[in-house]
Amino acid sequence: MQKSLVATNDFVVKFANVNGSGSASANGLFAKVLLRMGVPVAARNIFPSNIQGLPTWYEVRLSEAGWLGRRGGVDLMVAMNPQTWDADVRAIEPGGYLLYDSSKPLPASKFRGDINPIGAPLTELIASNFANPRERQLFKNICYIGVLAHLIGLDGETLKQLLREEFKGKDKLIQPNLKAFELGRAYAAENLPSIGLRVRHADKVGDRIFAEGNDACALGAVYGGATFCAWYPITPSTSLAESFQKYCRMLRTDADGKNRYAIVQAEDEIASIGMVMGAGWAGSRAFTCTSGPGVSLMTEFVGFSYYAEVPAVIFDVQRGGPSTGMPTRTQQSDLLSAGYASHGDTKHPMLFPAHPTECFEMSAAAFDAADFFQTTIFVMLDLDIGMQEWLTEPFKWDEKRKLNRGKVLTHEDLEAGVPFGRYRDIDGDAVPYRTYPGTHPTKGAYFTRGSSHDKDARYSEEGAVYVEGMNRLLRKWETMKAMLPQPERRNAKRRTPDGVIYFGSTSPAMDEALASLEAEGVHLDAMRLRAFPFPDEVFEFIRAHEQVFVVEQNRDAQLKALLVNEGGVHPARLVSLLHYDGTPITARFITREIAERLRAGQAAAMPEKAK
Amino acid sequence: MTYIAKPPLHHPSLEKNALGFTRRDYEGRISTLCAGCGHDSISAAIIQACFEIDLAPHRLAKFSGIGCSSKTPDYFVSPAHGFNAVHGRMPSVLTGANIAARDLIYLGVSGDGDSASIGLGQFAHAVRRGVNMTYIVENNGVYGLTKGQFSATSDKGSKAKKGAENKDSPIDLVMLALQLGASYVGRSFSGDKDQLVPLIKGALSHKGTAFIDVLSPCVAFNNHVGSTKSFEYVRAHNEAVNRLDVIPPRAPIKAQYAPGELKEVTQHNGSILRLRKLEDDYDPSERNSALAYLARKAAEGEIVTGLLFVDPQARDLHDSLNTVATPLNKLTDADLIPPMAALERINAGLR
Repeated sequence: MQKSLVATNDFVVKFANVNGSGSASANGLFAKVLLRMGVPVAARNIFPSNIQGLPTWYEVRLSEAGWLGRRGGVDLMVAMNPQTWDADVRAIEPGGYLLYDSSKPLPASKFRGDINPIGAPLTELIASNFANPRERQLFKNICYIGVLAHLIGLDGETLKQLLREEFKGKDKLIQPNLKAFELGRAYAAENLPSIGLRVRHADKVGDRIFAEGNDACALGAVYGGATFCAWYPITPSTSLAESFQKYCRMLRTDADGKNRYAIVQAEDEIASIGMVMGAGWAGSRAFTCTSGPGVSLMTEFVGFSYYAEVPAVIFDVQRGGPSTGMPTRTQQSDLLSAGYASHGDTKHPMLFPAHPTECFEMSAAAFDAADFFQTTIFVMLDLDIGMQEWLTEPFKWDEKRKLNRGKVLTHEDLEAGVPFGRYRDIDGDAVPYRTYPGTHPTKGAYFTRGSSHDKDARYSEEGAVYVEGMNRLLRKWETMKAMLPQPERRNAKRRTPDGVIYFGSTSPAMDEALASLEAEGVHLDAMRLRAFPFPDEVFEFIRAHEQVFVVEQNRDAQLKALLVNEGGVHPARLVSLLHYDGTPITARFITREIAERLRAGQAAAMPEKAK
Repeated sequence: MTYIAKPPLHHPSLEKNALGFTRRDYEGRISTLCAGCGHDSISAAIIQACFEIDLAPHRLAKFSGIGCSSKTPDYFVSPAHGFNAVHGRMPSVLTGANIAARDLIYLGVSGDGDSASIGLGQFAHAVRRGVNMTYIVENNGVYGLTKGQFSATSDKGSKAKKGAENKDSPIDLVMLALQLGASYVGRSFSGDKDQLVPLIKGALSHKGTAFIDVLSPCVAFNNHVGSTKSFEYVRAHNEAVNRLDVIPPRAPIKAQYAPGELKEVTQHNGSILRLRKLEDDYDPSERNSALAYLARKAAEGEIVTGLLFVDPQARDLHDSLNTVATPLNKLTDADLIPPMAALERINAGLR
């Protein structure tokens, strides 16, 4: 036996299960116990595009230091899926631990010499206590949590409390769950030693919540005044529409049961965005949620929205592309298809939330921005931020905040003689005024069209009229730069010629990578982008550094392409770090890549200096 | 003719409706369609219908897709907001606007290319949902703007202007609308204003999805011998099952009719559809027998017109969605933003 890993509140546990076996609730419980014990946790579900029978994993990283990105590597594997056994065993760090079901003996060849196998006869324990086959399958999960509780020192009372909360209302399930948990724990206490990985109470969670980005966006849409969601089911965005339904039922139902909202499951993504256009045009805040394939289908309407100036919000929960790609894996690979969606000269604002709290805030902000700028606003999530529970600051709302409906002329305005021309730039910010349909009997009507039009929305094929309109849209684009979420700059402790740019769900891994690089004496100034179009500050940051790493989760360096295209940056100044295997980017990856490239750069520069 | 402005002056002796509007208040810009186009007659019928049912012009919302027919909303009821959407996708845009502002009257105008080819899916789904709207297809069996290709409503065996024969089976939008649950279905002919105007009036007064298929010959590309959508062919094969009069809510009933020859249907808004039977065995309150009748007549090469089906008590999409009576676009911040305490509770539930 080799060395055994020893760590407290800083290790990775991975559960390998079969999907449809009911493991998700037991595994989720494991993460929540840790949070209740005050230990920060980053948990990720790695699941197939399938309902039953394929492999699924749940990875829990404990980090008392508070690092919430995926670390990479596994210290303790709970191997419950024979299909993936070999790969799961291979994934364990040397000196790590393997918890497995020892009800049937396994040949020595199935193990590794440099890890610590821990067998518990889970199937036997459950079979001798439960008769029903489905119960046997379900309670095996909570049974291994019982074994783990002994092995690493989970707080049993907290876990039992959580079980009672979890199954409140389904009280029949509480007793058998508690029994299965105790079976595992008692067996382990009698037969197994505790291991080098330990959990202890800490006080590092504070008032943070454990939330998914999709859920947070849905709640943000409710607070942001959205009244209409038209959508078409697609992984990984579906839960956003479902959460909107849940929160609207809770928060937008009148006493007589009538709804102050509407949700339509459309026949496809084209109809979804079409309905959103109609509602936005008529003055309701409306959105759709989708993923890359849906964005592809929506592009014609997105171009319409740009040119006819109709507000819309699209939540793009990105997944692995191209084509059907990897529906249940994460990527940031829709930046170009969303940012430049549709034929002709078009571009569209994108917001890049970095955690679920920001999902909530940017979701609400997106509706203000869409109404004000009268165009489609993309909120760019990805599977990692959208569908995984992240430890994040609680949602906050300023009670005094008003919804900004933008430049809308009312019946009173028109009656008072305020002149109206749909596409006239009255205020010099290139943002025109609009009217809702039915506002006034004789004033304020106009004809919305995607064909070229003059300042008063009349059809025109005159070149000069067309150019004037297109140039105003460019000026509107400039106005947006200062009004959308600004980038977040973090300076290194020392002056450095190196910078790094990143965005979205890369953020927790980047936080950790920057800290570990600094510990190694590598200093970088960092900038987190929060919106497209990029304000000048982004290009000043690039100009102020000799080289800037651009970290993104796609193959083709799409953010770099946007930076080069929009800011005229010389491509050589931007060094791409690309992670695109569908798993969330890790701090280990970023640290290694940056360190290697800086070393290689210094090595290449040496002969120069020697001259 | 686009650039000739219509004079805004009205003759003082022009007839006014109950709201004090003249027929000219329902006009639009000058049409840019070909001289003699059936679509212009339909626009005129829409103007007449809106005038006669005393619809405040700005309470109408007009929608269309792409194609010759879809240009027409610019040519009627200028005081109404209009939305010329992308090709084949008008139904979804209209649906969204209707959900946002349920207090307006919705009119979608489309063509056979826009609704039966590229937009067949959206047409079908909007009808299925029972969107409260009047949906008019100006059906000429041909792509006019791109100069004469067959559309999906072209009859099998129909000839194109240059002689090519259509080999594909036609899509009958009336049958489709009936199957999908439209609650008011009619068919008419752009050349029969007396039939068309009441059909549109009844549709605009109907709650639920009202669909009217209007045969509207294309004078430029589909009005020749061998076409089944020409003026001559439609006139020769037009078989009206009934004649409709629409009496607005609260209007005095003037004429007296002998019992038996008339059927009266009261719609949701109180308007009365007065139907005079022309065909003895036709009952427009029976969806399935209407379908069977239409199928039989289509096989005989007849074009059945009139009010083909009506369910005066239909439900609409807002009933299904159970939305508040206040239009969603008129809800205030107080209606929309939940209290802080709710956010605190949600936060607590996520710990």
